Amino acid sequence: MGDTITLKIDGQEVRARPGMTVLEAAREAGIEIPALCHHEKMTPYGACRICSVEAEMDGKTKIVASCGYPVEPGLVIRTRSPRVDRIRKTVIELVSPQANTDGDLGGDLKKLADEYGADIHRFEARLQSKSRRCTLCGLCVRYCDEVVGAHAIGFVGRGIDRHVVFFPDKASKVCASCQGCFKICPTGKIGAEADGTYFGFTIDDFLAGRL
Amino acid sequence: MAGIAALVSKVVEGHHHDRDMLIQVLLDLQSGLGWLPREALVEVSRQLRVPVTRVYQVASYYKAFSFAPKGRHTIKVCLGTACHVRGAGRVVEKMETDLGIKRTETTPDLKYTLETVNCVGCCALGPMVMIDGKYHGQISSDKVSPLLAEHE
Amino acid sequence: MQVRKQARRINSTAELEALRKSILDARDPKRSIIALCVGTGCLAYGCMDILGAFKREVAVQGLQDTVEIRATGCPGFCERGTLLTVYPQGIFYQRVKMEDVPEIISETIVKGKVIKRLLYVDPNTGEQHTREADVPFYKKQQRLLLGSNSRIDPTSIEDYLAIGGYAALAKAISQMKPEQIIEEIKRSGLRGRGGGGFPAGKKWEETRNAHGHRKYAIVNCDEGDPGAYMDRSLTEGNPHAVLEGLLIGAYAIGASEGFIYVRQEYPLACENLNIAIGQAREHGLLGDNILGSGFSFTVKVHRGAGAFVSGESSAIMSAIEGKVGEPRMKYVHTAVSGIKGQPSNLNNVETWANVPLIINKGADWFRSIGTEGSKGTKIFSLVGKVNNTGLVEIPMGMTLREIIYGIGGGILKGKRFKGVQTGGPSGGILPEQCLDTPVDFDELAKLGSMMGSGGMVVMDEDTCMVDVARYFVDFLCEESCGKCIPCREGLRVLRQILTDICEGRGKPEDIALIQEIAEVMADASLCALGTTAANPVLTTLRYFGDEYEAHIKEKRCPAKFCKNLTSYYIDPDKCSACLICLRNCPASAIVGDKGIVHWIDQGKCTKCGICFEVCPERFSAVVRISGEPTPPPPPPGTKVKREG
Repeated sequence: MGDTITLKIDGQEVRARPGMTVLEAAREAGIEIPALCHHEKMTPYGACRICSVEAEMDGKTKIVASCGYPVEPGLVIRTRSPRVDRIRKTVIELVSPQANTDGDLGGDLKKLADEYGADIHRFEARLQSKSRRCTLCGLCVRYCDEVVGAHAIGFVGRGIDRHVVFFPDKASKVCASCQGCFKICPTGKIGAEADGTYFGFTIDDFLAGRL
Repeated sequence: MAGIAALVSKVVEGHHHDRDMLIQVLLDLQSGLGWLPREALVEVSRQLRVPVTRVYQVASYYKAFSFAPKGRHTIKVCLGTACHVRGAGRVVEKMETDLGIKRTETTPDLKYTLETVNCVGCCALGPMVMIDGKYHGQISSDKVSPLLAEHE
Repeated sequence: MQVRKQARRINSTAELEALRKSILDARDPKRSIIALCVGTGCLAYGCMDILGAFKREVAVQGLQDTVEIRATGCPGFCERGTLLTVYPQGIFYQRVKMEDVPEIISETIVKGKVIKRLLYVDPNTGEQHTREADVPFYKKQQRLLLGSNSRIDPTSIEDYLAIGGYAALAKAISQMKPEQIIEEIKRSGLRGRGGGGFPAGKKWEETRNAHGHRKYAIVNCDEGDPGAYMDRSLTEGNPHAVLEGLLIGAYAIGASEGFIYVRQEYPLACENLNIAIGQAREHGLLGDNILGSGFSFTVKVHRGAGAFVSGESSAIMSAIEGKVGEPRMKYVHTAVSGIKGQPSNLNNVETWANVPLIINKGADWFRSIGTEGSKGTKIFSLVGKVNNTGLVEIPMGMTLREIIYGIGGGILKGKRFKGVQTGGPSGGILPEQCLDTPVDFDELAKLGSMMGSGGMVVMDEDTCMVDVARYFVDFLCEESCGKCIPCREGLRVLRQILTDICEGRGKPEDIALIQEIAEVMADASLCALGTTAANPVLTTLRYFGDEYEAHIKEKRCPAKFCKNLTSYYIDPDKCSACLICLRNCPASAIVGDKGIVHWIDQGKCTKCGICFEVCPERFSAVVRISGEPTPPPPPPGTKVKREG
């Protein structure tokens, strides 16, 4: 298993180790693939789909999430193409009404929106819903579970009613001294709505239908 | 409180303290208690050694679980495709008017809980209504009031 | 319930055959049997009361030795329940009621007479049919799987053994190598009945060849497609057949542990499966050293808790691990890394139930049924606006027209056919011009729909196709796990666009927008629920584009279904002032009195349609319109013109 695998990313020969994902191989070779829900310390999750790329194998091309797709010998990857760009643009447009803060995006999301020419207000008027300032990327939940092991923040609900909530009994004991998720939250929601003693969105809010 | 902890112990033991059985444990508690009170969920987390975040994630993900007590009669109106094209929408609306509650709600006197389900698998007889586990087929909006009257 | 002797463990194929022979020898072929359906459909008709009545009547008349009352699974013709068959003559009675019970015993059982009233009468020809096989609903079917349902009590392993049960398992583990079984299944052309139609043998082979210290074989009975219930009927009606298929598959792939994941809405299926598992264990057909072969296998039933997406293979495996049942990326197949990272093979109920047939009769026999790319039979749940609703099992390749008209007896109330929905929320709706399509995996996919698990929901002129598209998107908004952005947010926006169109706020540019979102969802979603979620929308746009246009441009719903675009009024010339609509109106919007023509106060009307539904057919005075103004009300106090 010590062999290296050679694949092609954007025309460039890239050498990777077996078991690596396309995203890891690309980043190691200095090729940037954008992603919202990926973090090198955590298991690939595949929720944001921003890291979608074109993967060609045996003459067949398909769209795959590079954060989870394993490298294979002879694989040809295109990280940019009209199809890939359209996916990234539309995904940002779709998530913006849920992710914006006072009508604007921040950080990486803002940069991506500009790069891909996404109209972040495209679906706002139609949906008439209040932004939750959350893309549900799950970085906070997974960081707390996989890296810290504290289990103070989690997912609840499903479908379009899926939420992230704090569990105050746990959170009040561990969050003030950790604040790991505050830093990785791509919309800044956690830092703005929780401080380690106060939590703006909790399991109780969810159960009472306040979210 | 003690009652709930004891019940959780019994159920968890019945599943040999196996964490993989989390969903089965919650199903047993739901049917034993009629809902999942917070104490029960915390007990499950403690006794099965599963993070409470995961217990709530699972409990809030599935439709079978409820976080509030239910009425004496649980009414489930099927909204499967076959029932939908045969007018199940009108049946739920009539239920809502008759009971004075919206779907997923319970009447203040705790008599009825109104739920909708996405197919009970009895499609040939739609629209289908289940009351307390009993199947009632070919229900139209004008049959709603008499049906409710049978379940005082 | 008969009292059963403690079962003796069967240690070899020879012992199995000896037991089978002793069961058959003890049965008198001339003894009468009343095989009464106690499947879920008939439960809704009150079959349990009828079952009790038969047992009492037999006891009262002292006929216990003359007749056996057998509670069976579903024979499929649910529209005509409660159903029963009297053996050995094979007399088929339908729409049986409590009051018919004494007569069936005294006439049919005691005197051997057929009760004409309870026979099926073909509404088209007026012909009466005594035997099930002659009824048009059954005549065109080929019931390889469902046929056994009405012959056995699903809670009796003796019944299953009496019809040849577990012979395929014995053959497989005593005469065939695992590779031979896989080869046979591959050669048979069996494709997964759960939706995707992936070749079962290929999947088995991948699991067999994958490395792992333990392998799993799983039955998917999380039949979630709304409008589909064939897996329910198979599991409730013949659980041992599913178990036998699973055992053969497990032996072939080298699995030692199995799971049967049953959706929460199917309590009877769970119950019957657990009974079957207990019996199989007692008989040595499950557990250690099965039939003395050295092959060991255990199986556990997992109940679902109500989540459509949990039927997806990676989600089911997460649920079996006690985690939340949401899909994960499957670039490494579950056949290689499934439950706890071990090779896991998942097939649906109907797929497993086909396995014993193939092993018994051979791949060549199975290949002789069906089309080039889709072999064998398929069970469909033929429901919606069709006369003969129920489960139908047909060879692959029969046309939609033959199924809906030949078997289903055409459209309810003589209305016009508009479309048929196949494949559930991942499928599509096919119009009249597709009726001559032969039904198989590939043909349906070519038309933009899919086979799915076999739901076939017939829609007529009163069904609005835009509303149906919205219905499915609504369904998925609730049933998606909500993990990935394209699916979750795409559905949220699609739902809003479709709601706007249904409520008269649609804009011409909405069509292109739907298509754009649908494309990204198909390309980028995490699992098959998301990639196929837009199919019902896309097929209705493709085949019923004129309905979208009418909603958007004329603010008219051609089916007169969409509330905001529809109004109701009462035709004064037809109203008989019967007070029925007036009493049933939940909004108290109907004015009138005894003898005085009723009319609807448009200001108060909520357009619920209840008046339209309750107005007696002989009057048909309530009129539904769309895209035109309601006529002015008649002068107050107008007397009825026609007496009711």
